[in-house]
Amino acid sequence: MSRVFVDGIGAVSPAGWGVAPLRAALEKNVPLPIQPVARPGWDNPLFVRPVQPPAARPAFFAHPRLRRANAITQFTVAAALEALGETVSLVQNGAVRLGIIVGVMTGCVNYSRRFYEEVLKDPATASPLIFPETVFNASASHLAAFLGSNAICYTLVGDDGTFLQGLALAAQWLADDKVDACVVIGAEETDWIVADAIKLFQPNAVHSAGAGAVLLKKDSGAIAELAAITDSFPFTQRQTRAAAAGRMRSQLPPGAKDELLCTSGQQLPRPDAAECQAWSDWTGVRVAPRAILGEAFLAATAWQCVAACDVIRQNKFSGANVSVVGANQQAIGARFAKPVLGGNA
Amino acid sequence: MLFPPPKISGSANANRVVVTGAGIFTALGSGWKTNAGGFSAGRTAFRPVTLSDVSRQRSKIASEADLPAELPALKLSRNNIRRLNRASKMLLHAAHEAWSQAGWSAEENLPVVLGTTSGEMSLGENYLQQAVRFPRAKNRQPTRVVHYQIQRQGIDLCNAFGFHGPVMIISNACASGANAIGHAFELVRSGRAGKVLAGGYDALCQLTFAGFDSLQALSPTICRPFDATRDGLTLGEGAAILTLETFEHARKRNAEILGEITGYGTATDTHHLTQPHPEGNAALAAMTAACACAKVSPEQIDYVNAHGTATPQNDATEAVAVNRWACARARKLPVSSTKSSIGHLLGAAGAVEAVVCLMALRGQWLPPQISLNQIDPACRFQIVREPVDAKIEMALSNSFGFGGANASLIFRRWA
Repeated sequence: MSRVFVDGIGAVSPAGWGVAPLRAALEKNVPLPIQPVARPGWDNPLFVRPVQPPAARPAFFAHPRLRRANAITQFTVAAALEALGETVSLVQNGAVRLGIIVGVMTGCVNYSRRFYEEVLKDPATASPLIFPETVFNASASHLAAFLGSNAICYTLVGDDGTFLQGLALAAQWLADDKVDACVVIGAEETDWIVADAIKLFQPNAVHSAGAGAVLLKKDSGAIAELAAITDSFPFTQRQTRAAAAGRMRSQLPPGAKDELLCTSGQQLPRPDAAECQAWSDWTGVRVAPRAILGEAFLAATAWQCVAACDVIRQNKFSGANVSVVGANQQAIGARFAKPVLGGNA
Repeated sequence: MLFPPPKISGSANANRVVVTGAGIFTALGSGWKTNAGGFSAGRTAFRPVTLSDVSRQRSKIASEADLPAELPALKLSRNNIRRLNRASKMLLHAAHEAWSQAGWSAEENLPVVLGTTSGEMSLGENYLQQAVRFPRAKNRQPTRVVHYQIQRQGIDLCNAFGFHGPVMIISNACASGANAIGHAFELVRSGRAGKVLAGGYDALCQLTFAGFDSLQALSPTICRPFDATRDGLTLGEGAAILTLETFEHARKRNAEILGEITGYGTATDTHHLTQPHPEGNAALAAMTAACACAKVSPEQIDYVNAHGTATPQNDATEAVAVNRWACARARKLPVSSTKSSIGHLLGAAGAVEAVVCLMALRGQWLPPQISLNQIDPACRFQIVREPVDAKIEMALSNSFGFGGANASLIFRRWA
């Protein structure tokens, strides 16, 4: 079995475009400001943490495939390009076979809602420009087109934990020599309809948006080593959320003082209960990006992984566990470690 | 652990992958026998759309499935069953047939890989309609949110048969079902899993129908793949599920083997979000990769189940790609698109067409396209136009989708 390393990370979040603003927000450890978003039929708005426009317009916005693309595609491409760094040119000139995995839960909901509203008004005049952007794999397709990558490209749909399934899939493609590198992206966008739906289940949760990206390579990598991904423990009739979280926890190491735990909690008692219980024995440092940045499903899980890899890159911790107790599908975890070439993870 | 993965048997990429159960639900009916009868005779299942108002659309027909009043016996609670919608029910019908045929029992850590484009989209549509028209009415909205989400259908599948396992959902547009089976094939072949439940499903919904209609991709007449006068696709709905396991595992338990999966190839077409490259480069790459995986040449393929949507661009591109891939073999290569019978099932298409290939291999017949009038001269291959018996050992199935997702699978007859 080949070893798998993290060679790049990227992020777009309510904190800003890039890993640096994400790091700054997590270090500050203060929830970011919320913004109102109108919803039909209500005077009082919903509140979200949207991604602010970038300080300077990224050059990739001008690409023919990206000019009309939805926000989730812009986040996807920006995070992926940051993670890829100099590998971009190697992909574009065909020297590197790049696998692409994009994971979403609500996905391209903004254009989907807009298109369906047009259908409800009059299906005969619904826009053919919008419909293709409602397809789940539109973002992955645009990224592949931008990079000129003809290699394998999947879009996965599921709850927050699906991002870690994507990392495992990438590791499989690398081990099977289907690709030379693989970028895994979790992305979501804000929309009032999602905020409205979240409010039905978690009235105090704040919907947010963005993307996180992790570039995996085989046998070498500058940032961290992918040490483990636990099994996916689904929430079923026979396995409660708490039981699934406990089984996930049992597959990760107990932890040491110089290790970080990056959880999926939002500092909301009910949704966090299973994860808190599972990690009640953890004595080290914890961070919970959703509590600061908001609930962005797969993008938020990607931020967890980006944050975990970033602290290892900065020599703040020697290892980091990522714990995900998802919205409604699974508990799953991962472990990243300082890369030691030739040694054991 | 998903990573590093445990090796359960054999060496890397060495396990033979066999199909021991296949379930299918389409507008032709429920189950292998009914569908085999329909596909072998080239029956069609198109009719006026009744599920939504299409009076303002160009196209007014689809391949709607008739759902039985009852689900088969499952381990779901009465409440859960009451909340299931159309796509879930079709998925469960197909899964029940496959599960029963395979003779599997509930166990821990049985992976599920599903392909779909929109899952229970109609519930999302209902949610939005109510949220816009009656914003303060919250009745039924939580249920819609829960059951709309695609992962819920995977969890329902686990609950229905009482097993646990990772649920992976691939949404690569119209190649999703083929990708799901292909990924499951790779899991078993590489030894990462001993058994996998895989397939695809999609139900008709207003958003998708209106979307394809807005693109003028739907036929206002009748779906005629590879016809020189074709004018678009017809949407359909359905589900198909396969039980995949290693040959060793199947042999040890004396399971009946329906066929073998020997090859899977994928490629990404970066030409356009909705239009394939006219030279069919990615389609050619997917077929070539599937053959390399199966260690066979086009000369050894006895039948191609084409993606064949009947849109002018898809069929033209696929014809070019098949011509390029098959070369001299093309002149005598039987090809057909079973979308001429049941329409385009989107995320379910690749899975349903995989079952059709297994049926053809088992029954030694070729599925015809009865509605074909005038063959597009771009097709150098033989379109199957009449019901016919044939000796076929290997079949290749193509699935291509929006976003440039291209996938090919190869199946071998089990004798």
